[in-house]
Amino acid sequence: MPSAVNSAAGLFNGFFEWFGSLGIFSWNVLKAAVTPPYEWRELIRQLDEVGSKSLPLVAMAGAAIGVVISLEARYSLSRFGAKSMFPATLVYSVIQVMGPIITGLVVCGRVGAGIGAELASMEVTEQIDAIEACAINPYRLLAATRILACILMLPLLTLGTDACALLTGWFAQTLVEPLSFHQFIQAGFKGATFNSFLPQTFKTGVYGMIIGLIACFQGMRTRGGAEGVGRAATNSVVLGSLFVILADVVLVKFILVVFP
Amino acid sequence: MTTAYDIAMIQGQPEGDDSVPAIAVDNLHKSFGILKVLNGISLSVNRGQTLAVLGRSGTGKSVLLRLIIGIETPDSGSICIHGQDIAGLAIDQMGRIRKRIGFLFQHAALYDSLTIAENVAFPLEHHRRDMPKSERGDRVKQLLAEVGMEGDFKKLPSEISGGMQKRVGLARALALEPEILLLDEPTAGLDPISSGEIDDLILKLQREHQMASVVVTHDLHSARTIADRLTLLSEGEIVIEGTFDDLQHSNIGFVNEFLKQS
Repeated sequence: MPSAVNSAAGLFNGFFEWFGSLGIFSWNVLKAAVTPPYEWRELIRQLDEVGSKSLPLVAMAGAAIGVVISLEARYSLSRFGAKSMFPATLVYSVIQVMGPIITGLVVCGRVGAGIGAELASMEVTEQIDAIEACAINPYRLLAATRILACILMLPLLTLGTDACALLTGWFAQTLVEPLSFHQFIQAGFKGATFNSFLPQTFKTGVYGMIIGLIACFQGMRTRGGAEGVGRAATNSVVLGSLFVILADVVLVKFILVVFP
Repeated sequence: MTTAYDIAMIQGQPEGDDSVPAIAVDNLHKSFGILKVLNGISLSVNRGQTLAVLGRSGTGKSVLLRLIIGIETPDSGSICIHGQDIAGLAIDQMGRIRKRIGFLFQHAALYDSLTIAENVAFPLEHHRRDMPKSERGDRVKQLLAEVGMEGDFKKLPSEISGGMQKRVGLARALALEPEILLLDEPTAGLDPISSGEIDDLILKLQREHQMASVVVTHDLHSARTIADRLTLLSEGEIVIEGTFDDLQHSNIGFVNEFLKQS
């Protein structure tokens, strides 16, 4: 019994210690990010790394989601005699629900693991210490640039996912029942306002912050050689994905309240 | 509050006061959990002097260097760099002090995604932004030539030997013309010829640049060659400090044993 209590206490302590360390890390990154000198060159490199190199992957994921939603929606809507609702169903489900979360999870897998492993490898080989020894703030050079790149690129990548999903969704529909793209877009966006789509797209900036922050935090606190690097990469993806999904719950409610 | 020292640092003026030790460590304590690593270490190094820190593995030699450059923080005691106590300095304030310190890591710690030339240029790109690119390139070439690595600019660190990596690490440590040089096991893992070359190189650089240096090493021969004074650590405490002759004539059992085994 005492051992069970001890292990529960250990878990409890570990949980709060992790969040405490994350808080201190976030504060250090925030301070470093807002004070000069700014690391523009590294930021541009990271924008390319996070953005343009993730685009093919999110585009493919978007394309697949578009076809799946198209097939499922057409079948379900036909059963209820609501086939005319198909374009709007596809547009709203892609842009409001599937596009942001799929982009978040795909980027978390690619970028989160990449950042986590890269920084962890730098940590265990003393490269981060070497950066500090060169009088360069590693929170500014390594963490702030990566987190900012994730925040800026996620909404743009989401637009890419959405575009590919709508394109393939329309294409899958038109193979069965020809419909011009112009008609599809007109019917899909009928009655839509910016509030219908922009908050859902820009909320992915929060996903980007979560993905970048968790991956940098896990990477820069790594201990223990190759095993530690592997653990950091895995934790970056697992925790990043989990927090993205949890954030989605909060953000959906927030958007419904603020942008009714 | 901005001190005169801060202003001097910001303006990049040399300290110039030789009466103040470049490094002064007083009653330094450091533990990791229940493991006491340093237990009341005190030492000082003046400009142009080289101190070798010897001792068995795990006696806190590398931790001492990491404390001096501020990568680790002490539990108690003080570390003064050119008279400035570094305790409690924010990361950017510490950065101003670090610009005056060159650090060679035990495994060189080169940035593995950058070429050799980019590694050496790294501190210059961040701290000499006003320097024209061509001038920076010339400085990198000069630094690499100084350490005998003029022919391998475009190679990655993984494509060169351990000894060469240490040379490049040394060139990077010298890039900002430091007044203090900290060397962590500069000859560890090298064959005797490469060790001798690194020793000669360190001696040459010390003569040319008149830096205050602390060298952590297991290699007694290397310590004897490059250092003016030696200090021997055991269980986190200084057993003896003095010249090589002082160590040789010591009647402390641990000192005799260490010299006999080295």
